[in-house]
Amino acid sequence: MTAPLLRARDLTKRFPLRGGLLGRPRAWVHAVDGVSFDVNPGETLGIVGESGCGKSTLARLLLRLIEPDTGSVAFAGEDVLRASRSRMKRLRRDLQLVFQDPYASLNPRLTIEDAVAFSLLVHGTPRGEARDRARALLDRVGLDPRLHGRRYAHELSGGQRQRVNIARALVLDPRLLLLDEPVSALDKSVQAQVLNLLQDLKAERALTYVLISHDLNVIEYVSDRVLVMYLGEIVETGSAEALARSPRHPYTQALFASAPSMDPDRRMDQPPIAGDPPNPIDPPSGCRFRTRCPFAMPRCAEVPPPFVPVEAGHEVACHLYELEPAGRR
Amino acid sequence: MASSLGLGAAVDAGMAAPVAGAPMSYWRTVGWRLRHDRTTLAAGAVLLLIVLSALLAPWLAPHDPSAGSIRLRLASPGTPGHWLGTDEQGRDMLSRLLWGGRMTLLAGLTPVVVAFVVGSALGIAAGFVGRTTNTLIMRTMDIFYAFPSVLLAIAISGALGPGLANTLISLSIVFIPRVVRVAESATVQVKGLEYIAAARVSGAGVAAIVRHHLLANVLGPILVFASTQVSLSIILAAGLSFLGLGVTPPEAEWGLMLNTLRQSIYVNAVVPALPGLAIFATSMAFNLLSDGLRDAMEVRG
Repeated sequence: MTAPLLRARDLTKRFPLRGGLLGRPRAWVHAVDGVSFDVNPGETLGIVGESGCGKSTLARLLLRLIEPDTGSVAFAGEDVLRASRSRMKRLRRDLQLVFQDPYASLNPRLTIEDAVAFSLLVHGTPRGEARDRARALLDRVGLDPRLHGRRYAHELSGGQRQRVNIARALVLDPRLLLLDEPVSALDKSVQAQVLNLLQDLKAERALTYVLISHDLNVIEYVSDRVLVMYLGEIVETGSAEALARSPRHPYTQALFASAPSMDPDRRMDQPPIAGDPPNPIDPPSGCRFRTRCPFAMPRCAEVPPPFVPVEAGHEVACHLYELEPAGRR
Repeated sequence: MASSLGLGAAVDAGMAAPVAGAPMSYWRTVGWRLRHDRTTLAAGAVLLLIVLSALLAPWLAPHDPSAGSIRLRLASPGTPGHWLGTDEQGRDMLSRLLWGGRMTLLAGLTPVVVAFVVGSALGIAAGFVGRTTNTLIMRTMDIFYAFPSVLLAIAISGALGPGLANTLISLSIVFIPRVVRVAESATVQVKGLEYIAAARVSGAGVAAIVRHHLLANVLGPILVFASTQVSLSIILAAGLSFLGLGVTPPEAEWGLMLNTLRQSIYVNAVVPALPGLAIFATSMAFNLLSDGLRDAMEVRG
């Protein structure tokens, strides 16, 4: 058992909703609430959930683009949140992010070659060497540097831009790559190409991935282990295979049931869960899923469910799976 | 030769800025668009003429702009020796218009340039730093914004007294808050885009992010906005002189000329119209040029 590469403990972020003349917070949006998990070296951890469940906030917390209210993040044993400015700059080389929006994530005034080389220049690589490395990496992600290198982002297609984004994230030779909805803005056919590219790069460079997506097909395709998030909390974690085979949490079950399937026998007649997620400003007491859960019990409104192991490496936060409901406190 | 060939090929490819085959830098694309916009080209030519004639006034003016003649007052345009006639003191109108252009352009352009520099700095700081800094800067600007620009210019000029320097100061104060607002909103918008976050993830510091990612995307819109303000600034500068708060006589300035010729309008209506026409043509040319600039700098795709 190796030490985890990334360890998040009890991460919480609430965003104030300001109002009134003095801009005092009127209410708090619970974006991420007490999230803990480990990422082991070499694995792909998938994080899945509906839009608005806090996935992207979580990615930004891990990278310290947003400072969490409480909790800790450790990368290779080093406390990320307490790192000094210079340590943080060093850490950033190891921890990179591929953004969701291939349009907003590239500076329209930079050629894609310069956009990729910029990270290297920041870390003091000489200009000529930075350009050569940027070109080599563009070539690796499938863009001809002679044809595309001097072009601007608006001259490229969405898929090509996402390749540039991947090249930019990889140019610093990171050890861990966070992928925030890397393919959700792309066409289905391009999605597969980009996902395959990501798989190849991971094998080549011994990378560790944290993949965030709302698309179960994408998550299942590339992940080793999956976290299911609902309204800022983790509700179930397990291997991708175990989750697909026997999802335990009613929310996970609903997610799998609602994923579009090519199998006619798996087509559904009615949506497994109805309605929208509750307002994260005022999340339900106890279990946050209880308002939409078909199995909700009185206990669900009173006690937040603890994590219960259901099999090796598979845990679920649901009162249905508690072994001795009365004994525990 | 090579460049003219390249341009010919681009024209052949159609009116859209060339994309396929020949990658073009942003500024080259902007230049290409400007070269193919006839209205903007015409406005630019008129403006160039006005600016050159003002700059070369000492060599172009046929007479001393402040040497009058009691004998030849309010002569109509076409009078021998005085192509554009003479004013109420018998001074040559052409010479005065050429010399007056220097003053008017100086008083019109300088405040906008000052406002562009100071306003951009303040606005970008407010937008990028945010929070208390933003509140402090923006609410201060709101105080200036609360007054109509003409009233504010008159009030400040009135307090400071007449003179060119005071005109420049008061007009700069009028235009800074406008530029700050545009700079701030452009900065806030760009700051929220993912490429700024990407630069932070790469480990870049604030200085590098502002220099390489923010400025290039923010200064364009601010420049376009500032260019639209030039015509207003010229009119305000002329207006202050007209009210006796700007350039002092006997200095030639278009607004001041309008003021002193005002009473002569019943004697000779053509001569008093000339400085007004000059103001109109200049501000119109600036407006058309800034419109063209805005269109050309719009990033598509």
